[in-house]
Amino acid sequence: MSMAVSLHDVAVRRRGKSILGPITTDMAGTGFTIILGPNGSGKTTFLKVLHGVERISDGALEWSIPETEARQAQAYVFQSPIMLRRSVAANLAYPLQLEKLGKPAIAKRVSEWAQRIGLSDALDRPATRLSGGEKQKLAIGRALIRQPKVLFLDEPCANLDGRATREIEALLLDANQRGTRIIMSTHNLGQAKRLATDVLFLLNGRIHERGDADVFFAKPSGEESAAFLKGDIVE
Amino acid sequence: MNDIWSGIEAAFWLVITLDADLVDITLRSLQVSLTALIIASAIALPFGTWLAIRRFRFRRAVIATLNALMGLPPVVVGLIVYLLLSRSGPFGVLGLLFTPTAMIIAQVIIITPLIASITHQAMRELWAEYHDLLISLNTSKSQRIATLIWDGRRTLLTAALAGFGRAIGEVGAIMIVGGNIDNATRVLTTAIALETGKGDFALALGLGFVLIALALLVNFAIHALSRTEREGRW
Amino acid sequence: MIRVFAVLVALWGSSLQAETMKLAVTTSFHNSGLSEVLLPAIKADIGLDVQLLVVGTGQALRLGQAGDVDAILVHSKSAEEAFIADGYGPYRREIMYNDFVFIGPQDDPAGVSKSGNAIDVLTRIFSASSRFVSRGDESGTHQKELALWADADLDPNEFGRWYNAVGAGMGASLNTASGLNAYIMSDRASWLNFGNKGALSLLYSGDPVLFNQYAYLPVSSTRHAHVNVDASEALEAWMTSAAAQKLIDGYTINGETLFIFNAKPD
Repeated sequence: MSMAVSLHDVAVRRRGKSILGPITTDMAGTGFTIILGPNGSGKTTFLKVLHGVERISDGALEWSIPETEARQAQAYVFQSPIMLRRSVAANLAYPLQLEKLGKPAIAKRVSEWAQRIGLSDALDRPATRLSGGEKQKLAIGRALIRQPKVLFLDEPCANLDGRATREIEALLLDANQRGTRIIMSTHNLGQAKRLATDVLFLLNGRIHERGDADVFFAKPSGEESAAFLKGDIVE
Repeated sequence: MNDIWSGIEAAFWLVITLDADLVDITLRSLQVSLTALIIASAIALPFGTWLAIRRFRFRRAVIATLNALMGLPPVVVGLIVYLLLSRSGPFGVLGLLFTPTAMIIAQVIIITPLIASITHQAMRELWAEYHDLLISLNTSKSQRIATLIWDGRRTLLTAALAGFGRAIGEVGAIMIVGGNIDNATRVLTTAIALETGKGDFALALGLGFVLIALALLVNFAIHALSRTEREGRW
Repeated sequence: MIRVFAVLVALWGSSLQAETMKLAVTTSFHNSGLSEVLLPAIKADIGLDVQLLVVGTGQALRLGQAGDVDAILVHSKSAEEAFIADGYGPYRREIMYNDFVFIGPQDDPAGVSKSGNAIDVLTRIFSASSRFVSRGDESGTHQKELALWADADLDPNEFGRWYNAVGAGMGASLNTASGLNAYIMSDRASWLNFGNKGALSLLYSGDPVLFNQYAYLPVSSTRHAHVNVDASEALEAWMTSAAAQKLIDGYTINGETLFIFNAKPD
């Protein structure tokens, strides 16, 4: 059971300046979408619009299932992870507590996920004292613990070292295998190539190109996408 | 210096012999101020938190008023409560004037703005940190307030302790509304004022030291209690 | 929140089961220490818990007017008569008297100790412009002091900086006088019980004009229906009884008698 979202002329403006759009597109399936684009191309805003936490100035966004259900079925991981001032275990448990799950069920899922993100030994440690990589893993674990149908990630590995990046990529691929649709922005072309099933290239707030990963990386159709892939500065 | 030494000596003997009056007065001080603290916290903690996360039209005005109320002169509060509770005042039929309840009411009015204001400041910071996550997790308003209060509980404890300190050390308002009646409404601060009036500085100072010790003790006790949870310090 | 208050009110209410009444008394009466002798005796003899509100005469009268106390015990005859004339109390009953004394620096720069009477004392202080502390709080003692200045044809409003109206109770005023090494008029009891005498001593007393009559005034129950009339009447009966006379006349500090019982039996 996947859920799809369709956007019709969605635009975001702040103080008269256009930040995103107009965008008209559909996103369905169970793939791993990577959003590429230079700084300021609107990647974060696009993710937030999809997640429903950014106010839309124009257009409409519609999920294939009722909105409240859709909101419950998605999760979001921020570029710099937000840690609750609690233990690792309590951070993992938090989204489940919001759903008023019973204590034994919560404990079971928490220990399961702690294992998956490699923090089983750190359950009682304050989350704010973890390293950057551990924090991001915890944030991803906390996002996935509700088994969302869609997971948004905004440059989750931007400030992390190779090892943490590898562990996180493994986590994400695993989640994707288990049926969570992933929509993630990144700057790192190598990472994009490793993870993407399809790519969405944003430029100046619009979708410049969109297609399967293999095709996009091998033979981009647009001039700017090609330049971006080559490593040139694109405006 | 002589007076200070004899004050320390008086305090020492009062405590060592567990002077019956002292115990009585001290317990009443605690009873009044702790009750006031609980009521004020029940109002101020959620209110201060709510104020931190809620945007509404007169928010700035409310916050400015709150900060101004923080500096309310206790004597004025005492006078107003006195006039309200007096038999010839609007709430006179309740017969509350010169009872511990009247003292609690006055102290609640004095410390609620203080606790709410400190709460608001602390919660504003925490809310800025948590905002995106809590919005993303689709939390309800009451879940947000509960989360902030729980995770900010150490700061809130400080806010509550500031309120307690102000309550237990306050004399102007409770003197007026309590009347400093022996065995009924006499507390440490009013007893100190009384003994000073009699020129018995040693006893007054002795009571003062007991008051300071009590404030320290309550602070330590609450801090010790809050550390029993093994979640580290923040 | 209202429920919490209701519970609290109920709790406090239930803890006050013994028969109690509220009596407003002047600071000078309380500072004398006599209340600590009388209250336990009252409790033992008639089972009444008398809660004292220790305030100035002015405030005591206000408390009576508002109905916040059941009776008052003060010492300012003209104010008491006005209180009764305005219908706040049915009558006044004289209980006892003590006297006012003049306190000042031991070296007595104004020569107060050589005075012939109370007026003479004030005239000497005025002529020497020696520092003087006045209660300045509309209390019975303050009103007495003002009456004496008037008798001496002097007006405190025209005095210089040597005249300090502190607006405080007897004890606090004595503390101020002790700190300033100034003259002050006090009731004898407060002075004898005062612990911070410093360089002050008693310089003059004995003029009959300085006698200080205490009277008991029940608060009108027609004006304030909640007044505890039974307790108030029981206390009045006791205060005018032989038992009270024995305790009042027998109360001494450093061997000095402070109060003289002069209540007339019914």
